[in-house]
Amino acid sequence: MVDPIKVYPAKPPKVYFYGTCLVDMFYPDAGMAGIQLLEREGVEVIYPEDQTCCGQPAYTSGYHDQARAVAKAQLGLFPEDWPIVVPSGSCGGMMRKHYPALFKDTADEVKAAEIAGRVWELTDFLVNVCHIRLDDLGEPTTVAMHTSCTARREMGVAEVGPKLLGQLKNVNLVEQVRAEECCGFGGTFAVRHPEISGAMVSEKVDTLVNTGAKEFVTTDCGCLMNIDGYAEKNHKPVTGQHILSFLWERTNGDGSKRS
Amino acid sequence: MSSRDAILQRLRHRTGGELTAPECDFSVLNRPEWSTAEKLDMFERTIESVHGEVHRTTESGWIDRLAEILQTRGAGTLLIAKEHEIGKALQSATKSREDLPQLLIYDEPVESWQEALFSEVDAGITSTRGGIAETGSLILWPSVDEPRLMSLVPPIHIAVLKASELYTTFHHAMQSQNWAAGMPTNALLISGPSKTADIEQTLAYGVHGPKELIVLVIE
Amino acid sequence: MSETAQQSPHHIDVKEFHPRARAAIHNPQIRQNFRKAMDGLMTKRKSAFEGWDLETLRDLGANIRLRALANLPDLLEQLEQKLTENGITVHWAADGDEACEIVRDICVARNASSVIKGKSMVSEEMELNHYLEEQGIEALESDLGEYIVQLAEETPSHIIMPAIHKNTEEISQLLHDKTGTDLSHDVEYLTANARLQLREKFMNADVGVSGVNFAVAETGTLCLVENEGNGRMTTTVPLCHIAVTGIEKVVPNLEDVTALLALLTRSATGQHITTYFNMISGPRKADELDGPEEVHLVLVDNGRSTIYQDDELLDTLRCIRCGACMNHCPVYTRVGGHAYGTTYPGPIGKILMPHMVGLDEGRHLPTASSLCGACGEVCPVKIPIPDLLVRLRQESVDGDKLHPAKVRGHGAKRSSMEAMIWKGWSWMHARPGMYRMGTSLGARFRKLQPGKFGGWTRYRTAPKLAARTLHERMKERSQ
Repeated sequence: MVDPIKVYPAKPPKVYFYGTCLVDMFYPDAGMAGIQLLEREGVEVIYPEDQTCCGQPAYTSGYHDQARAVAKAQLGLFPEDWPIVVPSGSCGGMMRKHYPALFKDTADEVKAAEIAGRVWELTDFLVNVCHIRLDDLGEPTTVAMHTSCTARREMGVAEVGPKLLGQLKNVNLVEQVRAEECCGFGGTFAVRHPEISGAMVSEKVDTLVNTGAKEFVTTDCGCLMNIDGYAEKNHKPVTGQHILSFLWERTNGDGSKRS
Repeated sequence: MSSRDAILQRLRHRTGGELTAPECDFSVLNRPEWSTAEKLDMFERTIESVHGEVHRTTESGWIDRLAEILQTRGAGTLLIAKEHEIGKALQSATKSREDLPQLLIYDEPVESWQEALFSEVDAGITSTRGGIAETGSLILWPSVDEPRLMSLVPPIHIAVLKASELYTTFHHAMQSQNWAAGMPTNALLISGPSKTADIEQTLAYGVHGPKELIVLVIE
Repeated sequence: MSETAQQSPHHIDVKEFHPRARAAIHNPQIRQNFRKAMDGLMTKRKSAFEGWDLETLRDLGANIRLRALANLPDLLEQLEQKLTENGITVHWAADGDEACEIVRDICVARNASSVIKGKSMVSEEMELNHYLEEQGIEALESDLGEYIVQLAEETPSHIIMPAIHKNTEEISQLLHDKTGTDLSHDVEYLTANARLQLREKFMNADVGVSGVNFAVAETGTLCLVENEGNGRMTTTVPLCHIAVTGIEKVVPNLEDVTALLALLTRSATGQHITTYFNMISGPRKADELDGPEEVHLVLVDNGRSTIYQDDELLDTLRCIRCGACMNHCPVYTRVGGHAYGTTYPGPIGKILMPHMVGLDEGRHLPTASSLCGACGEVCPVKIPIPDLLVRLRQESVDGDKLHPAKVRGHGAKRSSMEAMIWKGWSWMHARPGMYRMGTSLGARFRKLQPGKFGGWTRYRTAPKLAARTLHERMKERSQ
């Protein structure tokens, strides 16, 4: 019942990168940024070509057989003992927290549990395994941060994002009120209960705007799509970015901005 | 089959099989040993934070203090126990002094004087079986001599607490007094006057029970 | 207040969650009342646990409840035996209707025409007030919040603070209309008036009905947690006291209560303890001068023994009804308690009510959550509420024989269209080649992407497919 205390591994020579389907299709820059940050830390990144989706959308919708079929296709992607890093608290949480339950009493039970134990949220990995030091090359700016609920509660990494941003000397991190409250994404929830989800995201955007920051960063693409999409549609003066893209852009030295 | 038997049978023949009971480790409730003075300070802080009033007094001085308190509130009547030393002390004191309100003794079943209890009694005084520092609570075990309604119906409840009978936690009090060996028909923890926040989270005191809780601590 | 909320629970169609939620969301008064109250409660809870090793305390709470559930049938028998020895009569009810009949029979035997009630969510489950009125017995709520809700002919919108959906102005108007109290925003004044009116009722009531927070098997003790003193009045002044409770409320030892109480009041309202913790172990003894001459306990099953059968669902029964899950729920905060249309609203309602009303009636309950996990994080007995929501989602869409039904209305939400979509999704995502082809095509033809996605684009712009997938970029990189 008690969550096992996280025991971070020593910095490994290689990691598996599990990109997630949202990053793959909608935010590949965030994925590239994560890969480049890892490589800059001297970690070789292995990107298993056959990765698709962790299975979470079907899992949280109650279609567990369908989720298991997809998840099972991921289990064979990590044959060596390297950590598996994920640029998302949500997909990371699915693999780390829910794979063991999903595969309980199946032939893959042991394998799923073994893989679950190797899954790390990427920013957590950068801070607590790579002990990353960031050298801020960007212009002074003010940002707010939204930590996804899964990053906060399933992966327990709420302190990590602020720690990373704190290393950037020209970045002023401001906190919105009710920072720990959900943005209203929740996967299919946003579609099944649009009014409730809409009410949640509108308040989230208001609190972000009220910080005075013109940009916000987040750990998860679901939240990003939700908050940024609302702000864009309703012409709110705040835009979002995945935290990995933000970190890479400010520290990579070639001055490249988002494409 | 009766509902009783049907329910128990369903519970006993669980489809999920037998359950194993986990161990319960209560050590998280342990507190360091506190001195009486520390416990009293803590008690005072916690009960005052919920609108209780604490007066530190002595074996010889409590009646004076009580008289003062009741006079400032204009209390005309005080409900007391017949046999308890508090009641007895007040009965004997009132013979020689005039600053105490009229004493009423709770020695009849409530049915015979309910109207009067609800409308004519200004204050009630009871003993306690100790107090709890951490939560600012009084322990009361109503009895034949000090019935349940004494501490509930009058607008002012005065409780006499011996500082030496303060416990740090509820857990400690219960263990020390070995409650598991047998409970009275009614036992109470009282922590402050009656209150409500049911109207827009605004605190109001004395909604059904006493508006004031005054603790005389005998040091 | 939305009109739907004013109906008796008998007329509320649980299925109609969406219109009620929508109405609440567009009602600024409701939104403001809940937001303000929940913000306050969250802050208070946080400060009440300062200095505690909260995780260890929650572990203890969870273990106490699990230990009690592990021995539930034995404990219920022990409780019955002890209570009987103490002079308390024990009754068992399979469901709410039977529980109502038991209460009625006791009232009839005593020739009782009026009942005064302390706060009890199980009696709400039973719809006891409504039932007693039908039997010609007056049932009056005495908890101030419940009293307000009863005057308004509504149901509680929160399990701890029943009238939290109303502000002072609305309550003042209500009390004025129904009881003649002067219009006033002075809460002291409003409370004092209610005190006067209810004291009269306490004196004249034939029977007091209360709930139970914990029932202790070893000593045969019924514990009640309250602030107002109405619970003490209810259980002391009338000559007959009937306590009603769910069968899961039993704990083995008196000691258990100390930890659960510490968790309950801090989680619920951020109080270190409530004003009164009332432990009742028997009726008035021959020489005692007050207290009820008869005490009854009605143990109500109402679906609990079914929940008990399954190892995962069982966790639902750990609940100690503190309401912290609703205080911290972003959905509850937006829609309020009445939108759910169920006795228990909020996260606990979403995992408990489907067992009581069935997954067909309660089809929207398990999905009305973003699975943010705030509820599970604050639950004092560590109920994995999000996991149970997912489990109930699974139960409601499962349609095949592979999965035996565990919950009433199993499979009620299954639509063959939706099932087909997920099958197709699964088929593609389990085949990496197909997935890569599909996503590449998507990227290539992203300009053809529809601009509208139902509820999503009502509030947001459509997600934008990237020009090249990460797969493609990584492939290119490795070449």
